[in-house]
Parts: sequence; C-alpha cells; structure tokens
Amino acid sequence: MSALPDPTAPPMDDRPASSLPDPTAPLTASGNLRRRAAVSRLLEIVATGSAVLAVGVFCIVVYAIASRGASVLSFSFLTTDPSAPGVGGIAPAIVGTGVIVAIATAIAMPLGVLVAVYLIEFAGRRSGRVVRTALDLMNGLPTVVVALMVYGLLVVDHGDSAIAASIALAIIMLPLIARSSHQVLLLVPGTLREAADALGVSRWRAVLGVVLPSALGGIVTATILAAARAAGETVPLLFLTSLVVGNTVHVNPLHAMYGMPYVVFQDLESGVPSGIAQAWGTAFVLMAFILAANVGARVFLARNRSRLGL
Amino acid sequence: MLYGLCAVAGLITMVVIAEVVYQVVSGASPAISRFGLGFLWHSTWKPNFFVFGAGEMLFATLVTSLMALALATPIGVSIGLFLSMLAPRGIRGVVGPLIEMLAAIPSVILGLWGVIVLAPFVQQHVEPWLHGVLGFIPIFGVAQTTGLSVFTAGLVLTIMVVPIVASLSRDLFLSVPRELQDGAAALGATRWEVIRGVVLPSTSSGVIAAALLGLGRALGEAVAVAAVIGGGSALHASLFQPGTTLAARLIDEITSLDNKLHLAALFYLAVILLVIGVLTNLIAQAIASRLGNQTMLAR
Amino acid sequence: MTLGDGGPITLGEGASSGTEVVSRRVRIQTTARPQTTTPSQRATSPDRDGASAATGRAVVFDARGVSVSYGAKRALAPITMKIYRNLITALIGPSGCGKTTLLRSLNRMNDSVPGFKLEGQILYHGHDVYGSAVNRVEVRRRIGMVFQKPNPFPKSIYDNIAWAPRNLGLKQDLDERVERALRDAALWDEVKDRLRDPALGLSGGQQQRLCIARAVAIEPDVLLLDEPASALDPISTLAIEELMQALKPRYTIVIVTHNMQQAARTADRTAFFSLDDNRVGTLIEYDDTEKIFMRPADTRTRDYVTGRFG
Repeated sequence: MSALPDPTAPPMDDRPASSLPDPTAPLTASGNLRRRAAVSRLLEIVATGSAVLAVGVFCIVVYAIASRGASVLSFSFLTTDPSAPGVGGIAPAIVGTGVIVAIATAIAMPLGVLVAVYLIEFAGRRSGRVVRTALDLMNGLPTVVVALMVYGLLVVDHGDSAIAASIALAIIMLPLIARSSHQVLLLVPGTLREAADALGVSRWRAVLGVVLPSALGGIVTATILAAARAAGETVPLLFLTSLVVGNTVHVNPLHAMYGMPYVVFQDLESGVPSGIAQAWGTAFVLMAFILAANVGARVFLARNRSRLGL
Repeated sequence: MLYGLCAVAGLITMVVIAEVVYQVVSGASPAISRFGLGFLWHSTWKPNFFVFGAGEMLFATLVTSLMALALATPIGVSIGLFLSMLAPRGIRGVVGPLIEMLAAIPSVILGLWGVIVLAPFVQQHVEPWLHGVLGFIPIFGVAQTTGLSVFTAGLVLTIMVVPIVASLSRDLFLSVPRELQDGAAALGATRWEVIRGVVLPSTSSGVIAAALLGLGRALGEAVAVAAVIGGGSALHASLFQPGTTLAARLIDEITSLDNKLHLAALFYLAVILLVIGVLTNLIAQAIASRLGNQTMLAR
Repeated sequence: MTLGDGGPITLGEGASSGTEVVSRRVRIQTTARPQTTTPSQRATSPDRDGASAATGRAVVFDARGVSVSYGAKRALAPITMKIYRNLITALIGPSGCGKTTLLRSLNRMNDSVPGFKLEGQILYHGHDVYGSAVNRVEVRRRIGMVFQKPNPFPKSIYDNIAWAPRNLGLKQDLDERVERALRDAALWDEVKDRLRDPALGLSGGQQQRLCIARAVAIEPDVLLLDEPASALDPISTLAIEELMQALKPRYTIVIVTHNMQQAARTADRTAFFSLDDNRVGTLIEYDDTEKIFMRPADTRTRDYVTGRFG
C-alpha cells in the first residue's frame, strides 16, 4: 500500500481504448442511453396506462351500476316482496342470499380451517401434497361444473332447494378459505407452538388455544372475502334454487329461495324495462354489499396485522 | 380427536373432487354412449330432434377465452410491473386493492353492464373502427345490430381475467430478490432493462402459470358470457357475430329441458369443461411448482 | 470536513497527553457541523513524514457536507471527504455507522430506498451526482458496484458478463470483451470451458469474482465494493484482494469492509466511521491507511483499530 505508482503515468495496458469515452464528462445520458431511456420511459408509460385502464374500467362499472341503481333504490325496494317477477321490491332475494350464504359459510369455514390445520400440523409430505392438489383442483373447477354436480346429486331427485345452492357455494368457498387460512397459519411463529409444547400442552389444546387465536384475524378476513365471492355467484342459484314458489319472504332452506344474483340474471334475460330497472337496483345492492365486505375485510386485516405486529 | 377431524376434512376435499367427476360423467353417460367423441366436433344442436354436438360451442369457448388471454396477459403483467416496480408506495396501496376489487365484481353484474353499456358502445364505436382499419382480415367483419358478439364476450372475459393475472404477477415480481435488481441497476441498466433482463426471466414460468389460471377462469365463465355473446348456432369467421360457449349454453338450457337426452348432453358439455379446467389447472400447478412457488395458487 | 481531513490530524500531531486528547474530542464534536465545510488542502499537501498517497492525484469524488437520512432517521451526519483517482479507498467502522450508506449514495443506489434523503453535495469529477440534469443510469454506468452477497443473474456465465455490454450497444468483439473481463477478475481459467453453464453453479468465491467481472466488462471509471469478501472463505478473500490490486491502475476503487486486516492490506487511504452520541454514523478520521493504522490521530480510531488487533 505504500509503493505508489506514478499517478501521472498512463495505465500499462495493450487493451483497446476504453468504451467509456470520458469519465469527466457531465453526467447526462451518453452513447445509446438517450434511446434506451426513451424505450424504458415508454414501457413505464404503458404499464402505468394499463393500471389506469383497469382502475378506469372498475370506476366506470361501479359508476354505471351506482348511478342507474340509485334511482331505483328506496326503502320499500329493499323491504317489500315483488308483485310479479321483475316488478317491485327484492326483499325475498336479499333474505335468500343472506340465508344461502350463511349456510354455505357455516359449512365451508370449519371445513376450510380444519383442512388448513391438517396441512400445517398433521399432514405428511405426500398426504399434504395430495390435499393441496385437491384444493387447487377444487379452486379451478368452473362453477357450472360444481353446480351441475350438486344438481345431479340432489336436485334431480329431490327438487330445488336453498340448501343445495349452499352446498355448491360451500364447495366454491372451501378452497379459498383453506388456502388463505393455511398461509395465515404458516405465519404463526414456530416459537409460539414450541412454547406450548414445552409447557406440556397437548397438540389439540395448543392448536385451539394458541395457534388458531393468533391466526383468527386472517381466517376471518379470508372467510369474509370468500362469502362475498359466493354471494355474487349466479350459476348455483340458477341450477339449484330457481324454481321458487310464491313471491314472499321465507327462511326455510329446504325450499327454493331467490338470491340477488339470480334476480339480476332473470331480469336481464326477460329484457322487460321494469325488469331491467329492478336488475340495476338489485345489482347496486349486491355490489354495495360485496365491495363493503371487501373493504371491511382489508381494513380488518390491516388492523389485525398491526396489532399482532406482523 | 382433532387429528381425526382434520383428516376427515382433508378427505372431504378429495371426496368432493371424486363426486364431481362421478356425477358429471354419470349424468353425461347417455350422451357419451350415444354420440361418442364425435360430440366434440359435430356442430348441430337440436334438442327436439335428439341431435347434439358441441363443436360450435367448443370453438366459441376457445375463441373468447384465447382472446381474453391474449389481451389480459400483457395488460395484467403490465399492471403487475406497475404495482411492484414503478408505483410509489401510496399509489400502490390504493391501486392494488382497486384492481383486486375489480375481480370481486360478480359476473352477473358485469354481464348486466356488458349488455346495456358495453355492447352498444362496442357496436357503435369499436367494431366499425376495427372493421375500417383491419377489415381485410376476415375476423374483423361488419358490426351487427346489437353489439352482442363473440368480441364483446372476449372483452368482458378480459375484464375478469386482468385482475387475476395482475395480482398474481405482482406477487411474483415482488418475490424477485432486491439484490438481483440492484445488481442489474448497478451495471448501468435502465428500469426496463432490469425488468426484461432480470425480473421477467426469473418469473417467466410463474407468469405463464398465472395466465393459465386466468384462462381456466375464462373457459368456465358462464353468466357474463351468456349475457353478452348473443346466442346463435352458426360458426362465423367474424368476431363481431354472435355465438355461444359451452358454459353459456349450459345455463341457457338447464331450466328448459326438452328431454332426458338433452340433460345428458348438457352434462356432456360439463364433462368437456371439467376436462379442460382440470388440465389447465394441473399444467399451471406443474409449471408453478417447478418454480417452487407454493403460494401463488392460493387465490 | 475539518473533521474528516484536516482537523483531527492537525490536532493529533501534537497529541500525547491525556488533557489534549480530551480537548481534541471536544473540538471534534464542535466541528462536526455543516458550516465548517471549507475545502481542505491538507490531504493533498505533503505530510510531515513525506508524500501522502493522495498527493498530486485527481479528485474523483468530492463529498461536501453530505448527510443522509431515511425518513425521520438520520443515518449519516454531515461528512466531507475526497476520494482520489486510481487509489483504493477503504471505508471501515462498526456496523450501522453509515459506511455502506455513503457508498451506495455515491452511485445513487439508495434512490430506490423509501424515505432516502441526502443533503450536501457529492461531486464526481466536479459534477453534482444529485444534480437536476443528471441521469441516474449514466451515473451507474460510470460507477460500478459489487455487493456484499454475490448476486449473479440466473443466466449462463457468459450471459452474466455479456448482458450489460449488450445493453450498452458494445456488441463488437463481445467474446473478447467477456474473456478480458473474466481474465481481469482472475476467473477465466476456471470457467473458460463452461461459459454456457449457469452462473449459479459456481462457488461463492467464484460467483463474487464473476460479479466483479460483470462490473468491469463495461469498463466503468469507479468500482464500489460493498464488503465484497464478507461472505467468502479466506482463499476467495485473498483472491479478491489480489484482484483489487491488479485492477487499481485502471480503476478508482472504494471498498467498504468490516475486516481491519483487509483494509490494512489493500487500501491506500482509509476512512474510519463510527457512531456519534446520537447514534448517527459519522466520519472520524480519514487519511493514508498507514497513518490510520500506525499513528491514528483520534483515540476512537486508535481504540477501534487496536481493539481489533488485540
């Protein structure tokens, strides 16, 4: 480090002239950089434009539904029975969607969480892989196929019922809840589990008392999102619970019930102006519910995360 | 005890898959034994004459889905890049959830909007313009009267697939190690060169898997497509003609059955959907697991 | 500034008694302020014992009152120092003392860090690195960087080297360029028969030399090395140190290192950083390496340097 080369001497080198023309030039774009920077800029604009486009489409759709739906909306629209298909209030559809989704959630949430706990706590390499593959396949099943399965299983022999639609929706919800819960459970620190093990607590007590509570926020969020998704599904309602007798509110899940997506679909198919108006109003109610659930789930998750310090 | 419960739950997932396959195939068996594989390409569908063929629907299904795939993949990947590489944090936190909420809009609502808002707009503005500019290509024929067309169905499917590809690819791009991107940037690379040279190559298989998952969604979509595709029963070269897809026909006719064979034929359509759906899903899984990315299929 | 170059040295020359040490320490704290940033000629003028390593050399970097903060957190107190051409300058000090922050600020690698804010000026050959007309990409093209953890691209060995020249349009004689870069990085003999193999198959030491080869392939003006040997075994470390000596005639090298001996072995000039009373990184002393290690002017430097040597 003390042997100093003559600083003024040029480097002893027989290599070609450096590709860097002049290191002391101003730090503005040199060589081909002006063109490269323009290409980069162009692609950044394309990417930004794509995002603007998607957000724009979202806003256009929401605005279209909200502006047309709001003029239909009234207290009686929400609380009265329709006087004829496509005319009047949608109370049976609101209640029906509530009942059908509630039953579906009651089936799918415990099953989904149990599957997730199985994957985390009990599954071996092979069985875990099989169950995960099954969940992915289930997630990828088209809703028409799921609905048709339940149709063949229940409706062909026993007729339409709300419970049949709930079962189809539960099949749609199950992989969503299971996979999200699985991810949340993976985040639970292993130290928590080890602490429980060290205290000599049995496995299921550890899961119920330590693991699940700390993952509860994520599980609830996943369930809300899955329920919101299920609430918007039309096909199971159409296949399994569309032959509704009467136009009044009822809560017996063994009989067919209206649901909001089906009302929109039916009105749209009928093409009658009064039906289209009812479709906009129903779509507005349904969308408001689903978007509120989405926003609520996100806010809930964010709060829960900050509380747990995740 | 808990182990038993969990194992039963795990078993139920597999039973459901098996049950789906059994119900759909057994429901379709009369049609399968009567029409065989010829069902896939025969294009006559006359329920009251006991003649069924899925050819034209299969064709329209592939056309609409591939159109959605071709449009949604570049747009979705671009959005993924915007959300992971370009946008400042504040914007990320707003735009990301908005795009995910686009995916949350029920398909029947998109269908309603598609029929009443999008289709007339497409018929009056987009289709004539495309016909004027690219009319020498047969697929861009003359606009029809309603705007309910294969093309409009493709657009609605694109809207449904974009958020899927966008959020999956965003997560993929975020998983690219910071050091790799820094290493590329320190070599005097522009942002696009970093993306093209490092980010995209190390996530390409995941992006393909994401696109396949989006394709699976498009192939199986029924309600929104049924609303805007217009129905009809002829093969057309032009995208601006109406048509019908497998899933759309299923929901159009399930509540108005002519005879037992009609129902079996509808089940046969579901068998085709099931096979295509499972195949795209398995291929996507295989590609994604080769990438070693277990998380991406969770959505 | 006075702190970095002249101040402590001037004071330290006569320092032998305890009281003077105390007074110097006071002096240092009072001078560690931005307003004392007058250019020092000290380092470029002959030392009492003879020529400094910096004598007569061109200044590549001239940092004037540079301070860095991330959001509300101050990472680097105002520092002033000059880095000279064709020398190896080492930045040493305990972790968290801002040496890597300073290094990454020299070629604007910190720009993408959220909340990054730099005050003061960094002049590169007299041009403000953070000036308004400056192109960041151009800065990095001239000022290359090698990182702590080897980060070869998931491409072949050949493509790792050829990638940046291709971007820059240096496509002529690309094979020769790749070979030259690999020879410069003393890696050619080990990889010449498997240039198409994936770079990730190389050992850690080879990967790091590949990263150096990658950096010199585009013939930058400056090489910034951020603890390039910290993740490597002793033999690879030695290889990289020899490599630095070989590259010195053609490059200005700035290296951050935790390893005292490495700085003593390789560097011509050494800057010692530490944490001030507010836990903010600050420059304590900057001089010829020999002086820093044999006759440090500041007790904190002496404590650190000798403490490490036992």
